[in-house]
Amino acid sequence: MDKPFAITLKPGSSLANHTGSWRTTRPEYVDRLPPCNAACPAGENIQGWLFHAESGDYEKAWHALVENNPLPAIMGRVCYHPCEGGCNRQHMDSAVGINSVERFLGDEANKHGWKFAPAAAASGRRVLVIGSGPAGLSAAYHLTRMGHKAVIYEEAPLAGGMMRFGIPKYRLPREVLDTEIQRLLDFGVELHLETKVTDVQQTMKDGFDAVFLGVGAHIAKRAYIPAGDANKVLDAVSVLRGMEDHDAPLLGRRVVVYGGGNTAIDVARTAKRLGAEESIIVYRRTRDKMPAHDFEVEEALQEGISIKWLSTITEAGMGERGDDIMVEKMALDENGFPQPTGEFERMEADSVVLALGQDADLSLLENVPGLVVDKGMIEIDAGMMTGHPGVFAGGDMAGNERTVTVAVGHGKKAARAIDAWLRGEKYAPLPKPELATFDRMNPWYYSDAPKTMRPVLDIIRRQSTFEEVLGGLDETNALFEARRCMSCGNCFECDNCYGVCPDNAVIKLGPGKRFQFNYDYCKGCGICATECPCGAIRIVAEEN
Amino acid sequence: MSLQPVKFYQTGTFTVGNRLLAPEERSVQANMQRTNSLNSGHRACQGCGEALGARYAIDAAMNATNRQLIAANATGCLEVFSTPYPETSWQIPWIHSLFGNAAAVATGIAAAIKVKKQKGQGGDVRVVAQGGDGGTTDIGFGCLSGMFERNDDVLYICYDNGGYMNTGVQRSSATPPAARTATTMPLGPEPGNVFGQGKFVPAIAMAHEIPYVATATVADLRDLEYKVTKAMGIRGARYIHILVPCPLGWGTASHDTIRMARLAKETGIFPVFEAEYGEVKSVLAIRRPLPVEEYLRPQKRYAHLFGKSPAVATIARIQALADKNIRKYRLQARQGGH
Repeated sequence: MDKPFAITLKPGSSLANHTGSWRTTRPEYVDRLPPCNAACPAGENIQGWLFHAESGDYEKAWHALVENNPLPAIMGRVCYHPCEGGCNRQHMDSAVGINSVERFLGDEANKHGWKFAPAAAASGRRVLVIGSGPAGLSAAYHLTRMGHKAVIYEEAPLAGGMMRFGIPKYRLPREVLDTEIQRLLDFGVELHLETKVTDVQQTMKDGFDAVFLGVGAHIAKRAYIPAGDANKVLDAVSVLRGMEDHDAPLLGRRVVVYGGGNTAIDVARTAKRLGAEESIIVYRRTRDKMPAHDFEVEEALQEGISIKWLSTITEAGMGERGDDIMVEKMALDENGFPQPTGEFERMEADSVVLALGQDADLSLLENVPGLVVDKGMIEIDAGMMTGHPGVFAGGDMAGNERTVTVAVGHGKKAARAIDAWLRGEKYAPLPKPELATFDRMNPWYYSDAPKTMRPVLDIIRRQSTFEEVLGGLDETNALFEARRCMSCGNCFECDNCYGVCPDNAVIKLGPGKRFQFNYDYCKGCGICATECPCGAIRIVAEEN
Repeated sequence: MSLQPVKFYQTGTFTVGNRLLAPEERSVQANMQRTNSLNSGHRACQGCGEALGARYAIDAAMNATNRQLIAANATGCLEVFSTPYPETSWQIPWIHSLFGNAAAVATGIAAAIKVKKQKGQGGDVRVVAQGGDGGTTDIGFGCLSGMFERNDDVLYICYDNGGYMNTGVQRSSATPPAARTATTMPLGPEPGNVFGQGKFVPAIAMAHEIPYVATATVADLRDLEYKVTKAMGIRGARYIHILVPCPLGWGTASHDTIRMARLAKETGIFPVFEAEYGEVKSVLAIRRPLPVEEYLRPQKRYAHLFGKSPAVATIARIQALADKNIRKYRLQARQGGH
């Protein structure tokens, strides 16, 4: 070969030099568990659906959402969003308004009439679902997706369970509830209203291979309060249920609600809307011990509801007209339990509503062998199955945390377990990846963007009407809110690793395909992992 | 709260790419068809800031000139690690002559191109000269100043890592005060490098009143690419000074290279700005202000400042230098920024 003057070797490329042999540690792409997903009782892949919402593809985002939860418009209104409590963005400015984006997606789906993706091929198996509350609907939906025939028996004349008969309209408009239930029926879920199951074993013989119990807990707990005849002592469940009848319950001018949970708040706010001049909550402990969610307490106080802390009702129906009650002041002992002080106060009350919790009606299970009931709740194993093979349970009747979201999660988990059981297998959930904690991220890369607040209905309007209190986001601020997501622990294709590698050892595979390391040349410096905004790269020691 | 801009892209332009941005709004480095001017297999240390800065800058220059580019290189790490005869990592026309003459070689190439064009041969090929701080601020300074003074059509890029790292971390005129090097040991009453007037070549380049002078770091890719692209759109002498942390010489973890450059900018140690004809035109404002300790502490070359009794007075002097930069270049954090 002819070479120029003084040149003895042919030019070569440095690609011959495999610098990967220098490496003592290697980078690896990982998908870590975002804290929102970890906190979601319904097991939603929140980061996953926000990813699509970020690019403005709301339909794809909604489809990703309903893979886990068929009720986004409902959930976007009534969920207490533990996801936002876990959100890593709170360490920067404030948590992503996941709940409001979920509601936006749910409303978009209802507006445009989006349908669920087609179900799997029919398996020929039939599963009975008892109760059409969130647990039952969720179980029926997931069973249908898997190709099983889900048949719901509902005792009430309308579907929805506590979503209809427990949650006030100002938090969940009924048309939203109806639309999402109708979508499930269109999907193939069979619903029989006013069908009470009195004997599970007998009903199962009508051609069902398994059963899911989701009868809820709708029997109000009572406390013994001596009361004269004139005073009205009601329970919260029947008051809220009565709101669905033609005639609203008559509570009077001055309503006292006894209890400190979310139901107590719901009743007090409902009473105010029904025209009560005074709506007072009597609770035996302090605000920080109150089981009701803080923002609901805050909204109630804004609406003019007053709360008597550290108080119990000792007697009702007092006085000539029988409309006085006696309240005793309490004091917390060193263990935080309220103790009576002997200090009494007399109050006027047209009605007293007890909101002291609910029990499940388990009478339909009386003859089922193997079932274990403990403290009013049915015992289930890790796969949601009761002591009787083929009988599964979830929702309020099977858990201490009684929310719509938890029930939806129960329904999904039970459906998966039923599916496994029908195939003669045991349901084993996939192991969870490690948590995408904030210290694994590089927050430098995220733009500053505070949370978009949803409009809150004017105080005056919400004191008198049952209009929805929280408004929704519109297209522009929903997109803004979605883009506040930091995609914790999951690659969102920002190209940082591809750019920052001094050795050009990251291969970009193209849109939607992410990246790959070229270990022939990667020296293991670790810049990619340090500069990955979302913590989707980990560094591991090379063996030998 | 109600008046938020609708346009918000999650990471904006802080990350290398962003799938939410239109392709033309993404960086050169995000492009799968980038030149990769400095290819894999080079012999730079793990986490080398200079290798990264050089690929960032030359890829941007290649993109801006439609790949019609020749680079002259001074002696130094960049030359040694990229081109051990007969191999090279460069995927562009590239020449190395001596330590001190990169600017002069580039001037010659530019002159040759000019003559060829006058004779109707060859297209519009542009020239870049590049070197480390040793080859620029010390050994090649005379040639560089001459190139500026003649306003030759060359972009000179200096990759500043604050010393002669390739030969064992000796002091250069760009080594910062108090830093330990092999020739400024942490001994005596004033350990490490002296507090002198320093030699900040961007300011000297501005004094030549050349068309364009800019500083950049490997921590702000978009800014770096913007400046290289802008420089390639200008005729005449141009100078870009890029801060490139050196894990070996600075005693930092290899994975902290970009973080160190970011800290240098955020503490005010290294002002990032651009100037035209001797006047500062814009600066990259500090986004999250930090005291200089945050920058100094992770570096082993400053370890003697953080012994059993921290050298409070020395740290205060370095802070004063950073504060002076912040005042002089108006780097204070503000809304929006560059």
